[in-house]
Amino acid sequence: MQVPEDLRYSREHEWVRLEGDGTARVGITDYAQSELGDVVYVELPEVGRHLRAGEALGVVESVKSVSDIYCPISGRVAEVNGALTASPEKVNQDPYGEGWMVRLEPDDPAEAESLLDAAGYRALIGAEGGA
Amino acid sequence: MGEFAGWELPIQFSGILEEHRAVRSAAGLFDVSHMGKIVVRGREAAALLDFAATNAVAQAEVGQAVYTPFCREDGGVLDDAVVYRRGESSFLVVVNAANTAKDFRHLAELARRFETEVEDETEGWGQIALQGPEAEAILEELTEAPIHDLGSYRFLDGATVAGVSALVSRTGYTGEDGFELYAGAAQIEALARAILAAGRPRGLLPAGLGARDTLRFEACLPLYGQELDEGINPLEARLGRFVKFEKGDFLGREALERVRREGPRRHLVGFRMVGRGIARHGYEVFRDGRPAGRVTSGSYAPSLEANLGLALLEGEAPQPGERLEVEVRGRRVEAEVVKLPFYRRPGAARRGG
Repeated sequence: MQVPEDLRYSREHEWVRLEGDGTARVGITDYAQSELGDVVYVELPEVGRHLRAGEALGVVESVKSVSDIYCPISGRVAEVNGALTASPEKVNQDPYGEGWMVRLEPDDPAEAESLLDAAGYRALIGAEGGA
Repeated sequence: MGEFAGWELPIQFSGILEEHRAVRSAAGLFDVSHMGKIVVRGREAAALLDFAATNAVAQAEVGQAVYTPFCREDGGVLDDAVVYRRGESSFLVVVNAANTAKDFRHLAELARRFETEVEDETEGWGQIALQGPEAEAILEELTEAPIHDLGSYRFLDGATVAGVSALVSRTGYTGEDGFELYAGAAQIEALARAILAAGRPRGLLPAGLGARDTLRFEACLPLYGQELDEGINPLEARLGRFVKFEKGDFLGREALERVRREGPRRHLVGFRMVGRGIARHGYEVFRDGRPAGRVTSGSYAPSLEANLGLALLEGEAPQPGERLEVEVRGRRVEAEVVKLPFYRRPGAARRGG
């Protein structure tokens, strides 16, 4: 299970990457995509919308289930990954790369510090995986 | 693994889409040992089952299996089942896992009026389903039994497959050609391993409940608890061809005759999503802007690469091309009525019985 060191993680299995330009990219983790199974549909928010941390950002549907994705930090939606409309399977194939979901302009980039680091997230999914 | 009616069952092995495609193009092997097995035997076994079932069970020959709903007095479907005639007065009734106890009580209650014995033998049997275009070739490597000649909804009792004595029937729940094999609970694992080993070179994959559901959904085979339940009658659920009014008396007959005379109040209809979104079980459906019913099953259909659904709708029978709306998470999304079944394998006969 991939858990890159340079990302921050929510307990709801989203990741956040702070980019050099002050924006933050958000997606779901490798663990989340593997638990969901084959992703066949992704619903993303409108560009320009402001989301608070913990608010539903979108929906991921796999063949068998529907899951909400939650916004891990507060901010305005600057860009959504439109490629997922035609190719939702990118979420399974490359969850930290081409499978990204939104780019946010964070209200406060430091908010990401309150999320789990890689070791903390590994411990979380280790516990869930073993449950 | 998922828990279902007290059984631990695998949802998927390699992934639902991969398993689904394997069954359509090669073969898949499912463990369906959780299905309930009720044995009915005795002088009036055929008469009892003919009274409980809407289909003509008593007319079946030995070696024939019959798909049938079991109805309540008011026409609601108590369960749907496959009834195997193993002898003149000996039947195996295979029912839905979640309904086994209910069905057993129902048949045992009826048995007080007929000279029969009813036993729940679920624990004693294992059951696996080998499904897909390669199923026959795979099974032929493991048995001398004449399975090539086995017609749809026919079975062989006591066939030796990979050294195991099994009941082999040409039935299934995927829309593909295939077999279901029943053997003693202690022997079923050895049988499954032999089939997996023989089938791997031909593309066979072990398959779970997830693919079983997408496959049966594309073939529009009803799932109890979704397309069928005690509040739905077989005529609404498009199972009219399994209701044989001409056979004599049976449970639910009067109620179903009334439905036939007056026409069903609701219709099971298939639709394709036109707008973006996937319909799921329980979502509300609108006709001409008014609520008309709910989605019974909805999913991405892997073989058709479309988002499809089945819904039970009130009013006139919907015609292909009619526009509907499905409420997906608070948003009404356009859908279009399409012909059923969604998927039919090339050259397939209609479901037997």
